[in-house]
Amino acid sequence: MADPSLVAAVGEVGGDFFKERTSETLPCQATDALFCWDWAKDNLDRYGTPTVQHVELVVISVVLGFAIAFGLALLAHRRRWLQPPLLAATGALYTIPSIAFFFLLLPITGRGRDTAIIALSAYTLQIIYRNTVIGLANVPRSVKEAARGMGLTERQVLWKVEVPLARPEIFAGLQIATVSTVAIATLAVFAGGGGLGAPIKAGIDFKTNIIIAGGIAILMAIAFGLALLAAQRLWTPWKRAETA
Amino acid sequence: MIGALLTSPPLASIGGALEFIFTPQDSSVTGGKQVGGFDQVVELTLSQLELTLLALGLSLLVALPISLYLGHRGTGELFAVVLGNVGRAIPELALIAFMAAAIGVGVLNLTIALAVLGIPPILANTFVGIHQVDRATVDAARGMGMTEFEILRKVEIPLAIPTLFAGLRGATIAIVATATIAPLAGVESLGDFILGENVYGSNGVLAGAIVVALLALALEFAFAALQRLLTSPGLKLRSA
Repeated sequence: MADPSLVAAVGEVGGDFFKERTSETLPCQATDALFCWDWAKDNLDRYGTPTVQHVELVVISVVLGFAIAFGLALLAHRRRWLQPPLLAATGALYTIPSIAFFFLLLPITGRGRDTAIIALSAYTLQIIYRNTVIGLANVPRSVKEAARGMGLTERQVLWKVEVPLARPEIFAGLQIATVSTVAIATLAVFAGGGGLGAPIKAGIDFKTNIIIAGGIAILMAIAFGLALLAAQRLWTPWKRAETA
Repeated sequence: MIGALLTSPPLASIGGALEFIFTPQDSSVTGGKQVGGFDQVVELTLSQLELTLLALGLSLLVALPISLYLGHRGTGELFAVVLGNVGRAIPELALIAFMAAAIGVGVLNLTIALAVLGIPPILANTFVGIHQVDRATVDAARGMGMTEFEILRKVEIPLAIPTLFAGLRGATIAIVATATIAPLAGVESLGDFILGENVYGSNGVLAGAIVVALLALALEFAFAALQRLLTSPGLKLRSA
């Protein structure tokens, strides 16, 4: 049994995250080692819940951001005069630092995951919106004329010709937004939103902990990036034909 | 004491936050010393601005020579693109926490950590901007007798200004945002207000968030204006 005073001291360092098995972090923190394999092996399971929370934060935020940005882009595609004000508005949301956004929302939405999700999805709007508008604008006029000539209605031209041909740009925007959101979601802990920022904040001077949590975040960003790349290749078969 | 713990802190209000920005307030933990007020807000804003500009300067110092050289030569595309993508995946909180825990706290270490966030967007965008300048234009400049350095300075950089600034502005947004958590690395910034609710109260937190947002928007406007100033008149005509 470890000395209770030591356990208490480590508990203060670790905060909530290290409330259990706190005595085990002490030998590792004391050695000044960059990474303790033994501690990591025994405690990797602690990062399960934060990882799942992190995935949820990212997926919900990006899906929400995509739905809004895609809708706005379709609207701006039809009503061109909306493009400058929408670009400015999404640009302003992109510029406001997420962490400031969390605390600006606190008096309105309170602490919790909802606040984090609102701020994170606001951050994704600009990239997805701009890429979708560019993608739709890049569809050659002749292709649209051919579609109309074949008797497609305007709605069919949009959904069967323009949106499919804009997929490379849309996926590129989605990929950038998702990877950035994985990284920024580490700050969601300051809004009370959990995620991988929680263990980092709880054990901010414990290097092994930071490396594990940060490493999971980086791997998650890479995994999301690669998954979206695969989805893009699957959904844009003509691109594969071009490069082949 | 127990009564003070049980009563929930008053909810922040815009009015309270504005009051915090302009007039010093009493704090429950500083032993009578007043916190907030215009002087402290200006001091912390300047501290965050200084940190941001230092890190931005360091990012430019590292990224510009490499990307201008590679872009002009047209080599290293994979390196620039991969670095740009990897840069986005760096988790800000983990980066700052790791820098503070493994290397040490202080302005120098924090500036390096922030520059790590600024280098990838500047490098990737500068490379792409220079690289995508029409080869025929570059050949024409060479035919006119320009040296390679003149081509870069008089032809490629002016034509790449929009892309170059996209990278610079992206880097600025990332750096000024992350400079907010500078207090975690022992450096003063507006994050002191945001992360120090027990000292500054909920109005102080909201005030900090407002000033950080305004600072980020001001920097974005400043760089947008600078970009307009540096874009050659010919390019503006083409986009109009």
